[in-house]
Formats: sequence, structure tokens, C-alpha cells
Amino acid sequence: MPNMSLHKVPMPEQDPNVRNKNFKEVALGYTEEMAMEEAKRCLHCKNKPCVSGCPVNVRIPEFIAEVAAGNFEKAYEIVASTNALPAISGRVCPQESQCEGKCVRGIKGEPVAVGRLERFVADWYMKNIQKDVVKPETNGHKVAVVGAGPSGLTCAGDLAKLGYEVSIFEAFHTPGGVLVYGIPEFRLPKAIVASEIDNLRKLGVNVMTNMVIGRVLSIDDIFEMGFEAAFIGSGAGLPSFLGIEGESLLGVYSANEYLTRINLMKGYLEDYDTPVHKSKNVAVVGGGNVAMDAARCAKRMGAENVYIVYRRSEAEMPARAEEVHHAKEEGIIFKLLTNPVKVLGDETGHVRALECVEMQLGEPDASGRRRPVAVEGSNFELPVDSVIMSIGTSPNPLIRTTTKGIEANKHGCLVVDESMCTTREGVYAGGDAVTGAATVILAMGAGKTAAASIDKFLKEKK
Amino acid sequence: MYKIVTKRQLNDAVTLMEVDAPYVAKKALAGQFIIFRVDEFGERIPLTIADYDREKGTVTIIFQAVGRSTKLLASLNEGDYIHDFVGPLGVPTHLDGYKKVCVIGGGVGCAIAYPSAKALFQKGVEVDIIAGFRSKDIVILEEEMKAVATHYYLTTDDGTYGEKGFVTDKLKALIEAGNQYDLVIAIGPIPMMKFVSLTTKPYGIKTMVSLNPIMIDGTGMCGGCRVTVGGQTKFACVDGPDFDGHQVDFDELMKRNSFYKEEEQHDANHICRLFGGKRNA
Repeated sequence: MPNMSLHKVPMPEQDPNVRNKNFKEVALGYTEEMAMEEAKRCLHCKNKPCVSGCPVNVRIPEFIAEVAAGNFEKAYEIVASTNALPAISGRVCPQESQCEGKCVRGIKGEPVAVGRLERFVADWYMKNIQKDVVKPETNGHKVAVVGAGPSGLTCAGDLAKLGYEVSIFEAFHTPGGVLVYGIPEFRLPKAIVASEIDNLRKLGVNVMTNMVIGRVLSIDDIFEMGFEAAFIGSGAGLPSFLGIEGESLLGVYSANEYLTRINLMKGYLEDYDTPVHKSKNVAVVGGGNVAMDAARCAKRMGAENVYIVYRRSEAEMPARAEEVHHAKEEGIIFKLLTNPVKVLGDETGHVRALECVEMQLGEPDASGRRRPVAVEGSNFELPVDSVIMSIGTSPNPLIRTTTKGIEANKHGCLVVDESMCTTREGVYAGGDAVTGAATVILAMGAGKTAAASIDKFLKEKK
Repeated sequence: MYKIVTKRQLNDAVTLMEVDAPYVAKKALAGQFIIFRVDEFGERIPLTIADYDREKGTVTIIFQAVGRSTKLLASLNEGDYIHDFVGPLGVPTHLDGYKKVCVIGGGVGCAIAYPSAKALFQKGVEVDIIAGFRSKDIVILEEEMKAVATHYYLTTDDGTYGEKGFVTDKLKALIEAGNQYDLVIAIGPIPMMKFVSLTTKPYGIKTMVSLNPIMIDGTGMCGGCRVTVGGQTKFACVDGPDFDGHQVDFDELMKRNSFYKEEEQHDANHICRLFGGKRNA
């Protein structure tokens, strides 16, 4: 009998007033019983709309059927056959606009908790099964992957499974990209990322850290080293600033800097050397997931008042509904329809306030969202000592400016065809480097498509 | 992991290390820098490349032990390993098309000025070097710099060695004596670079400085190192570290560099719980 409850089986979470003082994971995950109960809510529709909503086409009803029957290992194998990083995507995907957005159960009531089930299956496997990953027999062909973020890791994993000798070149000292420097520990424990990367190593993938491609090696050097194809998954890490007065005052950060200090450099732990300024009152400018992450980190670092300053209304916020909900529970204060116009400093050059103006929603703009218009004379000062700019990022120009034959559009995004091939033969690209800042799962999907294209390209070349 | 091949104490506080880093050595050029992380708990700290040997695959760094990370680095010995060593980063110093250049190094800044002077001298450019130090006991790289200079001048603030005075005094004297420099390169403490820039401005001599803001990644992804140059925001790690000294907002840079003073103070005295003592103890 299917479970006809209109609601998802709730997932246990840390209490908001406890968790906003620690960096431990907020969502604690399903138990076996919870997972089996939730799995029974799936109706096993014939046309499987959920699968079409998943960028890596996980065979969702199939794996859920195995969970319902208690065959967790089998369920994992089904998920892992198309998704290289299930413990990660189950946690950070915006399921409401992907698989779960298409779920029939969501028409009346809540959709099946596909993300929570995927996460359960991956965590269960990691905890209970110590199966050796078998390194596939090599086909003798070498492929280079630039960037160890979600797209690069997925591409590398898929190619390694096909027998390619894959080397990943990563600029940071730790692989993972946004999974390690951006998304905080309380949403995605770093041990999980490390374990997924260990699995890649066991597949024979060579992960080279401290390699800034464009400086230490060019794409041409990589081909000279004997690599026959390259995948560029260098992301969109270049932060934008507003260009308003006072942005160079002490206490103004990009979200990238703030999050890197905390997450990658572990500035929140006492035994690590990287300092993080202890702010009392913080304004985070922006309304995306990165803004939510920065605000929730600031709260955990001990800030008394943390404001989200966003120029549109909550309905237009690009952040996941769940993250906005979590942020509110943790005491983050939302200043909506509010736009910063100037950062104000004291005589020592430190931030003392953010001058803002109230906004009204006008006519829809080209993106279909209603354009915010400033209300004249509504300026006010928000007293803060730190301002974190989280208004978006764009692709880093380093690779495209040092590589011949790779075209980019006016936003600096690499131009690719449907096979993810750039304008240069043998060089593929995917993820945020192509789309601009998007989601982890879209980057994984792009890495997957590129791996298949690279395989086809090299087989035809032979 | 990157092996320390050679370690030499240049004075009480300044250490030279030659590090085995073949990829970096192969591409390094004057004016570029590396970022090191001493161990798993370490922070990422930028240091300019003082020299490199493409054959041996080594990169030389020269640094002053001023805080926790540089002290930890200085405590390592030949044969020890540095956890992370990434580079070459930044844009190489533009050295083409000059006839007569004055290279000015202040204190440990001489280590950064040296590779530019050397590269220019090897191109056949007439190179005058002014090396300035607080006093005699901290003089470094005297022989090395003499070897790549047409004229080498040494100043000390207290007159204990060479000429008494600041590098700006010597620079002004040389200009007024009729030396026609088509470029001045100044590398050292921020006030020194600021005053060299103020000295050359009235003469209209192009002046390049190498900025040293706080950095984390060094690849352009955080903007922690942003500086104002000619009224525009630049990221020193990817747009620099070299900039036109007449355009740089030095006062802002000085303020930004003082942001973590409190934390740095705290860190220097921090007792690590994991090891039951300071890591360098």
C-alpha cells in the first residue's frame, strides 16, 4: 500500500537556537524507517516526470522502490549509475525546481522527498558498505580536467570509469571547488566531499592541487604533455562588487572571501591560522543561496544582528525556499525591497553603517521579474560593522585570456556547442564557466555530457 | 608537498629558502609571486619569487619573519617540506623598452626588487640600484645586487653603513645630478613606495610599485586584495602586483593591511590545543 500522506516524512534537524551557534550539519537525515516510509509515498508513475526534472537523469522511481523494500545497497547502485556525487546532490540540489518540482504527488500536497531519499541512500552506503572501488582497465588515453568542482569531478569520474587516464588540475590546495570553499559545513560536511573525491582517486583519477591553469601551465602545455582532450570546469569565481562609494572600507567583503576564510581555511575553528573578523552587526547584500550561506555563517561566528539586504521581494529571491526558511529560523533579519547606495565609514576607515534606499516593484523587466525602483527620499542608515557583498560572480578570465582559440561571450562565459565542445577542437567546457553562476547539479550534468562527448571524440579520432 | 632544498639566514629576521617546485620554476618571471601554506592548519600567505632555476626546478623565496606564518616557515629546515606552494601568480613585471632604470629596494623589499634588476641588467639596460635599510645589521643581498647593477647605492636610516638617509634622498640627488631614468621601480614598505612615487611625480618619471595587500586565494576569486588605482578597483593578485605608483591610493592600502592586527596579535600567542603548544615551539 502506498503511503498517501500529503506531507513528506519530516527530517530531524538541529534546534535553530542551538545550530546557529555551531557549524554542525543542520539537517540530520532520515533513519532507515523514515526513509522506507517516505519511499512508500512514490506512486511509480508510468511517464516518470521526476526523472526528466533531474539534470543527470537519476532513475528515481527505481531507486525509491528499492528503498521502500529495504534494499538500500541496490538503491545506491541505481543512483550511482548516473550520479557520481549523490551524497552531495541529495543535500544541495534545489529539488523544488527539479525532480520534486515535477512530482505528481506535489500537485496536491508535498512531492516525494527525492533529495532526502537520495541523501539517505548515499549516506547509508558510505556508512555500511566498504566495497573496494575497482580501478577499470586503462585504455591508454589521457584526458585533462581543469578545476575540481562539481563539473570537473563528475567529468573525471565518468571518464575514469570508461578507462581513461584522467588528471585533474586544481588551483586550490583542496579539491572540491564551491563544495569546499563556498557551501558551509552546516549544509554539506566536508568529510563527505573528501570521501567522494577519495572514490575518484580509487578509480585512478590523479588529482593535482596548487595548479593554477593559465599561469603554471597553459592549455597548450597540457596538450604537449600528452593529454588528448581537456575539459574546462573552472567555474565562475570572480566576485562582483556594486561599485558604490565606500566598498574599500575595512569590513566590506565579497561573499567569496568571507566564505573562503570560514569554509576552506576553517577560520571558524580555533586551531587554524586564517583570521575571520568577529563582526557584531552584519549586512549581507543579495538574495541568492550564497547570501544565505554568508548570513548564516556570520550568525554562527557570533554576530548579534545579521541582515539580508535584498532589492526585490521574497517572491523574487533566487535562494532555495528551504535555505530562506532555515535562515529565518536561525534569526537572520530580512530587509526586503531595500537597496544599498553607500557604505559609510568612521574616522578609522572601518564600516559604521550601510546607507540604503527603499524600493518598489515596477514593471517586469527582460528577465520577467518586476523591476525594483527606488522610492525617492526613503534613504536610511543600517548600523553595521561588516558588509558582505553577495551579488553574483562571473567566470575568471585567466584561462580564456591565456588560451588561443577559445571564444567567450560578452559575459566572459565560454561558448560551447551541444556536445559541450568549445570553439577549439578537443577542448570541452561545462558548469559555471559556461553558464555563469548556476547550480551544482547543472554543473554535474554538464560534466557528464562532456565526458560522453570526449569519449566519442577520442574513439572517432583513433 | 614541496621540499626545502637550501636555507640561509640573510640576517636575524630574513631567511632565504630554495624550494623544490619544478612546475613553478619552469614558468616563473620577475615580479610574480607564490602563495604558501606551511602546514594543514596554516593560512595562505603570498611571497614574491626572488629567483628561480629552471634546470634545477627550484624557486627562491626571501622573507622576513614578522608573524605567525612566516615564523613557522622560518622554523623549517633544509629537507623539510612546505605543505602548499602555488604559483607563479600575478602578472610579470613589464621590462621591455627601457634604456635606463632606477631600481629601489627597501629592506626585505630588496628580495623582490632583485629579480627585476637582474632581468633588466641581462637585457643590457643601464640599471642603478638604491638599496635602503634601517641600519647595518639588516643589510641583505649586497653582493647579488652589485652584480646586476651599473651603479649600486646603499643607504641606512641611521648612517651605520653606506650613505646616511632615506632612499628618496638618494633618488632625488641622482635625478638632480642629471640621471635621466625612463623608469623607477620601487619595492619595499608602503610608506617608502608612497614617498618614492611622490618624489618622481614632479619629474614625470614613470614609477612602478609592487603592492602587498592581504591575499587569500591569489587567483582573483575573492577580492580581498583589492586596491584603488587611478580611481578604479583592481585585484592586486591578477591585475598586479605591479601598478603605476602615481595612481595608487597608498593610504587606503595601509589601512586595509591593518585590518587583522588584533587577530594577528592573538594568533601569534595562540596555544594550539591539538599539539599542546605553539606549532613552532
